[in-house]
Amino acid sequence: MSETPNAIEAVSAPIPSPGEQYFPKFKVTPALVKEAQALVAQYPEGKEQSAVLPIIHMIQEKFGYICPESMPWIAEMCKSTPIHVAGIVTFYPGIHRKCPGKFHFRVCRTIACAMGGGEELLAHICKKIGVDPASLTDEEPMGISEDGMFSIEAVECLANCGFGPNVMVNDALHQEMTPAKADKLITFLKKNTINA
Amino acid sequence: MLPKDAAAAEGKVNVQINGKWYRFPKGTRIADACNSVGAHVPCFCYHPKLSVAGSCRMCLVEQGMPPRLAPGATPQYNEDGYQTISWMPRAVIACANTVAENMGIRTDSKLTSEARRGVLEFLLSNHPLDCPICDQAGECKLQEYTADYGRGTHRFTESKTKKGKNLSIGPRVNLDQERCVLCRRCVRFMKEIVGEEVLGVVGRGTHNAIACYPGTELDSNYSMNVVDICPVGAMTSKDFRFKMRVWFLKSTPTIDVTNGTGTNINIWTREQQVYRITPRQNDEVNSCWMPDDARLAYKYINAPARLTTPLVRTDAGADQRPSTWDATIGLVTEQLHKCAPTEVAMIASARMTNEELYMVRALAKQLGITKLDIVPRTGEADDLLVSADRNPNSTGAKLILGKEGKGLRTIRNGVRNGSIRFLIALGEDLTSEEAGFTAEDLAGLDYLLCVSHSENATTKAADVVLPGVTFAEKYGTMINVAGRIQRLNKAIEPMGEARSDWDIYRSISQSLGCDCVNVIACPSPMAVLEQMALEFEPMHGLTWGNIGNEGKAIIETGVTIPLIEREKAKK
Ligand code: SF4
Ligand code: FES
Repeated sequence: MSETPNAIEAVSAPIPSPGEQYFPKFKVTPALVKEAQALVAQYPEGKEQSAVLPIIHMIQEKFGYICPESMPWIAEMCKSTPIHVAGIVTFYPGIHRKCPGKFHFRVCRTIACAMGGGEELLAHICKKIGVDPASLTDEEPMGISEDGMFSIEAVECLANCGFGPNVMVNDALHQEMTPAKADKLITFLKKNTINA
Repeated sequence: MLPKDAAAAEGKVNVQINGKWYRFPKGTRIADACNSVGAHVPCFCYHPKLSVAGSCRMCLVEQGMPPRLAPGATPQYNEDGYQTISWMPRAVIACANTVAENMGIRTDSKLTSEARRGVLEFLLSNHPLDCPICDQAGECKLQEYTADYGRGTHRFTESKTKKGKNLSIGPRVNLDQERCVLCRRCVRFMKEIVGEEVLGVVGRGTHNAIACYPGTELDSNYSMNVVDICPVGAMTSKDFRFKMRVWFLKSTPTIDVTNGTGTNINIWTREQQVYRITPRQNDEVNSCWMPDDARLAYKYINAPARLTTPLVRTDAGADQRPSTWDATIGLVTEQLHKCAPTEVAMIASARMTNEELYMVRALAKQLGITKLDIVPRTGEADDLLVSADRNPNSTGAKLILGKEGKGLRTIRNGVRNGSIRFLIALGEDLTSEEAGFTAEDLAGLDYLLCVSHSENATTKAADVVLPGVTFAEKYGTMINVAGRIQRLNKAIEPMGEARSDWDIYRSISQSLGCDCVNVIACPSPMAVLEQMALEFEPMHGLTWGNIGNEGKAIIETGVTIPLIEREKAKK
């Protein structure tokens, strides 16, 4: 592979992230294979490929993101092809190709939250965790703090429009967020390494 | 009887296209129906041999149906027997929808042209517009449709999305992601026809791009078909790119000669140079496709190894020197007269056309020889289009010469034990693996006469070499493994002084004293064909004209072409 991957090589080029230290490294174990097979078994014969998405979710939950090594394995598990899996992985912004931080912030910027201050909140949290808001782009939607503790991305509707601005940290939803509340939350998370 | 009942009786439906009523079989796609009556529908993603994607929206047309009846109401028919059509305010895609009774379609209306203009504006919003350096220019659907239906100017002032350019996606194909209109024809072709899902779409929105998974490649022997079906210049052939602007090329319909399938092709030439080969649709032979190796098997036509004059060796051990045709034919006649027929063997080729084989038979008869055969040539079949028979005309050789290569070993032994002293090699390199002669075998002969289009070990060992032509330079017919007779057309003139092989054999026979008018007075391969039509039962009634560009099934061989069988089974 050349130094800067070309558009094809980029499909499976690793994107290093300091968040990796907080997640186990992707490794194929008999238990993992069994888990994938159980997902595949949910679909009728000949439709094994339907399990691509469930397996992707399972991998992301366990390992934080979809690393390049996992894509051919996922394809193998459900009789698909690596390019098909890569197509899905690169399609959904919710599927991460880069490891998030220990605490991953999803800041809603759909209209209701944006009007309630979501945009400013996004910039505020970015600054707080040391991420340049301008570095969040279509190609690279996720920013991560240098120590790998925090990562952030803007998302579309978190389905709680009446109580915006909404922020989701890992799996917990925080409504009616303000910069002050966000500061408090971050300080809390820094002290308590337990999940929010 | 109302038109709808009359149509239904034939399993058809009445459809009004641009104001005129037509009848189509039920289930016909709107796009196919319109195209068949000359109302052109532009399409990017739709390809009749692939599943329908309906993603490009280029084929939008205005459509209408009779109004839905209120409960209890009865349909009203006008004096022609049709219901009034109420037109829908939105356009529909013509590729994914089928015709229905009393449907109306407008391909020339304001709505249709606005829809087309809009789709094109979107498609061009991120297109690099690099037509001046694009190989597809001149045969690009995007270029054509933009000229026909586009706006002429564009309103898009934002900066365009950057994607990968000049990417090697396989050993024979290059990809430019920015030119791609994301029709996914290439993806569907690889998945549905070849059965190798190596191409896919990655990314989202304007970042969508065709790719293969790193570490895998588009390296199938059918990869170059994606270059043909790609409607734009996204997939280009590494072999052909930047070689020639397509509008300078002349295409000649003919057939492939690399194996027994007889894939229908077009040869693209400018002046006397062949630039590329592309498949030509024939649903009985190769559908719309061809293998890469056959597509690239044209380099020898314009290669320096081509023989352009007769060559003779007057003294043993001396160099061959060029000669004229008249002198050489005279010399060959003299030499052949001296050979005892029992000591002469002739090796012909199942790469010859029927017309050449016919003249070979006449020559053998004139010489009074019985030791004659062809070189069999087999390989692995690929379950698509490549036949195990690597000779293009084994069926013809069997019909005309009655030979299948079984006597080749006897001839080889004859040469080795000295019972054969004189050898005539027609269109075959005897030192090839399939023919199985060694350089020593050839060196031990008293006389070796050879007809060949290119220099090889046999021509180098020969006492006399007569320059023939390649398949691109001749007219003739061949019969494929499935028993279908097909035409070869001349795309370029013979190189230098080379002469059509059938004519070389005819001249030698004549010079040897043949007096059969059917042989010596034959003016053309077409006339040879007519003669054969009288002599060989399966060829009865055949003429050059009635074989046509599609060929004609004339013999039941029991052999089928796997890809075609699959395609028929799908219907
Ligand atoms: S590369 Fe060509 S064939 Fe493939 S999706 Fe793009 S435009 Fe269509
Ligand atoms: S040809 Fe109909 S949508 Fe593409």
